Amino acid sequence: MSTALVADKRPSTLRGARLPKWSPWAIATGSIALGIGIGLAAGLDSEVQWGLLAGLLFLLGTYGIAARVEGRRQAKDRIATALVWVAFILAVVPLASLVWATVQRGVKVLDVYFLTHSMGVVADSEPGGGIYHAILGSLEQVGLATLIGAPIGVLTAIYLVEYGRGSLAKAVTFFVDVMTGIPSIVAGLFILSLMLMLDLQPFGFAGSLALAILMMPVVVRSTEEMLKLVPNELREASLALGVPKWRTILKVVLPTSIGGIVTGIMLSIARIAGETAPVLLLVFGNPFINANPFEGAQASLPLYIYQQYAQSAGSQPAYDRAWAASLTLIAFVMILNLVARGIARWKAPKTGR
Amino acid sequence: MAKRIDVSGLTAYYGSHKAIEDISMTVEPRSVTAFIGPSGCGKSTFLRTLNRMHEVTSGGRVEGKVLLDDEDLYGAGIDPVSVRREVGMVFQRPNPFPTMSIFDNVAAGLRLNGSYKKSELGDIVERSLKGANLWNEVKDRLNKPGSGLSGGQQQRLCIARAIAVEPNVLLMDEPCSALDPISTLAIEDLIGELKERFTIVIVTHNMQQAARVSDRTAFFNLAAVGQPGKLIEIDETERIFSNPSVQATEDYISGRFG
Ligand SMILES: Nc1ncnc2c1ncn2[C@@H]1O[C@H](COP(=O)(O)OP(=O)(O)O)[C@@H](O)[C@H]1O
Ligand SMILES: [Mg+2]
Repeated sequence: MSTALVADKRPSTLRGARLPKWSPWAIATGSIALGIGIGLAAGLDSEVQWGLLAGLLFLLGTYGIAARVEGRRQAKDRIATALVWVAFILAVVPLASLVWATVQRGVKVLDVYFLTHSMGVVADSEPGGGIYHAILGSLEQVGLATLIGAPIGVLTAIYLVEYGRGSLAKAVTFFVDVMTGIPSIVAGLFILSLMLMLDLQPFGFAGSLALAILMMPVVVRSTEEMLKLVPNELREASLALGVPKWRTILKVVLPTSIGGIVTGIMLSIARIAGETAPVLLLVFGNPFINANPFEGAQASLPLYIYQQYAQSAGSQPAYDRAWAASLTLIAFVMILNLVARGIARWKAPKTGR
Repeated sequence: MAKRIDVSGLTAYYGSHKAIEDISMTVEPRSVTAFIGPSGCGKSTFLRTLNRMHEVTSGGRVEGKVLLDDEDLYGAGIDPVSVRREVGMVFQRPNPFPTMSIFDNVAAGLRLNGSYKKSELGDIVERSLKGANLWNEVKDRLNKPGSGLSGGQQQRLCIARAIAVEPNVLLMDEPCSALDPISTLAIEDLIGELKERFTIVIVTHNMQQAARVSDRTAFFNLAAVGQPGKLIEIDETERIFSNPSVQATEDYISGRFG
């Protein structure tokens, strides 16, 4: 009886003082208030400085309070968590404000009329007009680039993962690495030199070729990674059934990894959809609707944004159009990403009963 | 249509590393032959030379002869793909195709080979699943993914998939080592039934299993790590476990090893 009582009184080694669950929120609120206060008092006029101050106070406050109440080890744990949160917010704030600014300024002129008309009869400094010709040009150029770049990229990756041995595979890998590093303007210049040799005028498909060059290494890399994820056991299971290698790749390896491959292609499309430099060199831009990518200058969304901004001598309607086109481009890329995720989930190997 | 296997002077390499050396043995049709021996002595390597899966690994190379009823599997003009249709294989870890349903998994060999009549496919799948003692457990969910089955069921699905293409020989590399005792028993029973129709070779680390299921047992060993594995002896299972002719075999079986 008495020993039990004594044991009860001894402090437990497993239990220590803990900060309440809401304490991080309280510390965060406190440091934000303090940050704003100090910022106002010291006359710092940039809100970014206030934010950084609040973040610093939050880290110091968390460590100080936790070290006092919970002890040093727990304080280190808390400061690691706090660092992750601060870093996350530092990353998200610029992104969110970018999207917010684009939406805010983009919705001004973004309507059905804007999406279905060209700039054919509107001077760059006047209100009105639209981006139909640019959407059309972007879709055609990016679509053709994908038709060229995606199959070549996927086939190259299949060669590298399933067949590639020895020096040829090493050489291919090396060239893919080099291509990954090609700046988009250089790809544009390369095609431009061909065009000058053949004495051709700017046209949409020339832009597609440059975009395909930019797209291919991305597709090769992502597809390679996806194919490597397919367990060797599946290939062996198929080969051991007496299935030829090419059919094994076609019917077992590709279906198993198709979700990831498609996601990679979609992301590479998103990347080239925003390219401006090669399009400027090779497709030139055109205020009129030109549905034929194989003849005559075309417009494209990123090029349209650039030209509205650069060639309108600071007129407000041109700025508004540039923002609305930016919003359209972001929406386009966003939709592509969502589609990619959908396909990845839909095609993922099925589990469960 | 079980066939006899005659191996003579077989040596296999991984690149420059000699994994097994100079192995000769005969495997009788309609019987179960078990391979036992310590890890790394080349049982899997030898098994994979019997259906030309060894050369799938990069650097894999084979010397010697493997006769399947008088035809040399490594002879000139032999297509490894056709060899694998005659000599099927079940792996250590169950590996059903994750993108396919149970039905499609069993039908995979026929479909991917393009060698079937559409009207027969359903019958063949049913027969194979019954042959693998899995039919009653899955007949109501043939369209569900194969990866949703338990480990033991998945392994029987893999056996059904292997026997659906009607091979002459069935190779099994430690088919029960990833399974619980109940599933192991189910597969051992199955092996007893399958040997009526196929020539079966099974690698196992489980001495009792070898004694239970096999008619003949081969003991492999290697002199030292890094040395090639060799066949020490092959005999009736009863003899191997009661009165082996080589001392090393007796040491290994009785656990007095190394
Ligand atoms: N893919 C491989 N590449 C190189 N060496 C291998 C490979 N697989 C097995 N080996 C070597 O071959 C020898 C025999 O291995 P294995 O046939 O797997 O033995 P067991 O199945 O009897 O355990 C070992 O020395 C092993 O290191
Ligand atoms: Mg093995």
